[in-house]
Amino acid sequence: MAKEQASIIADILKKQETEILNRWVKEQLQSVTLRSDLMNESELRQQSSEFLSLFREATSRGVNYDLNAPEWSRVMEMLNSASRSRALQGYSPSETATFIFSLKQPLFNSLTETIKENTGALSREIWNVTVILDKLGLYTIDVYIKSREEIILRQQREMIELSTPVVQLWNGILALPLIGTLDSERTQVVMESLLTRIVETGSYVAIIDITGVPTVDTLVAQHLLKTVAAAKLMGAECIISGIRPQIAQTIVHLGVNLADVITKATMAEALKTALVMNGLHIVKSQPIAKKEK
Amino acid sequence: MTVQRSDKRLIRTSEDIVMVRQLVREWAKTIGMNLVDQTKLITAASELARNTFDYGGGGVMLIEQVIDAMKIGLRLTFEDKGPGIDDVEQAIKDGYTTGGGMGLGLGGARRLANEFYIDTKPGEGTRVTIIRWK
Repeated sequence: MAKEQASIIADILKKQETEILNRWVKEQLQSVTLRSDLMNESELRQQSSEFLSLFREATSRGVNYDLNAPEWSRVMEMLNSASRSRALQGYSPSETATFIFSLKQPLFNSLTETIKENTGALSREIWNVTVILDKLGLYTIDVYIKSREEIILRQQREMIELSTPVVQLWNGILALPLIGTLDSERTQVVMESLLTRIVETGSYVAIIDITGVPTVDTLVAQHLLKTVAAAKLMGAECIISGIRPQIAQTIVHLGVNLADVITKATMAEALKTALVMNGLHIVKSQPIAKKEK
Repeated sequence: MTVQRSDKRLIRTSEDIVMVRQLVREWAKTIGMNLVDQTKLITAASELARNTFDYGGGGVMLIEQVIDAMKIGLRLTFEDKGPGIDDVEQAIKDGYTTGGGMGLGLGGARRLANEFYIDTKPGEGTRVTIIRWK
């Protein structure tokens, strides 16, 4: 830790602020990772200048390597919001981190010019700046990744809602095409929307199609059976369709008992059964549209 | 039996179970396993990964592509440092559960695999190994 030493870096930042800022902004503008489509020069300059003054404040009593220390809190706060907004705008991680890493060159230059006669102090200061800027740069990446993960999580939740539509196939017949992984959270949404639609439409048959569910393990089976049981309590019969050959074999080996549930290989078969259960049947008649040559 | 290649996956969240399934699917496809065997192995992996997560408090899955004489297959090892299983016989029995599931996971995984080994000590953890040959 270099806390006790007089803060040369803060001194330089104070005396040469405009110069360092100009060089830094120039560095960023020249950098291949600059996104001029996402941020213009004045915004960049403003952000850079804000960071420099916060950085100067934080290093006024020496460079503390511990980023959790109170003097870094405002710097971290600023970097947090800057990286977060970059993540949302579609920057890449390296583009985000370049904001910090590109400050090295201008700072090294100023340090060299100011204390070039004292090589010991110079290398010490350069080392301090390197350590702390590396840490801050990595921090921007951490924040960036965290923000991205939040975006993914949000999209995941949106997809749960989106991917569980209950459609009415016929008067009294509902269909629920399931796609993807059936975890507890999704089953809850599925069950709720199915039960609501049963009441709304007064349906007595619901077809749950699992063609799009890649793996049917005991948890998925249990969820399915619970949904069927809940629908039954509301007076609706469920048909599970879309059971592929490999799924059928796996279910048998697992030992899951689906004997109490009506199951069909395809949605078409299920619909046929559902129509019969509703007392309906399809009659073939003359096709309306004839092929003309 | 020789190991041709191997990989590891941590199981710490329920999303990791999905990742485990995807990894097993990928490897099973690579060695040319047919769809039924693929599905069986993936389902067994799903059961064991969920046990590792639910009961073992998380752990790790080791996947290995193994060759024995003329056979090629995949060996999956699920290891956790959880509470272990007191009575293995009972745990494998169909319908027995301590967690509110169907009680078919462990027994089902054994039936879905060609080889099944379980090594557990109360208080120390559990290791379940399965092999499915192509």
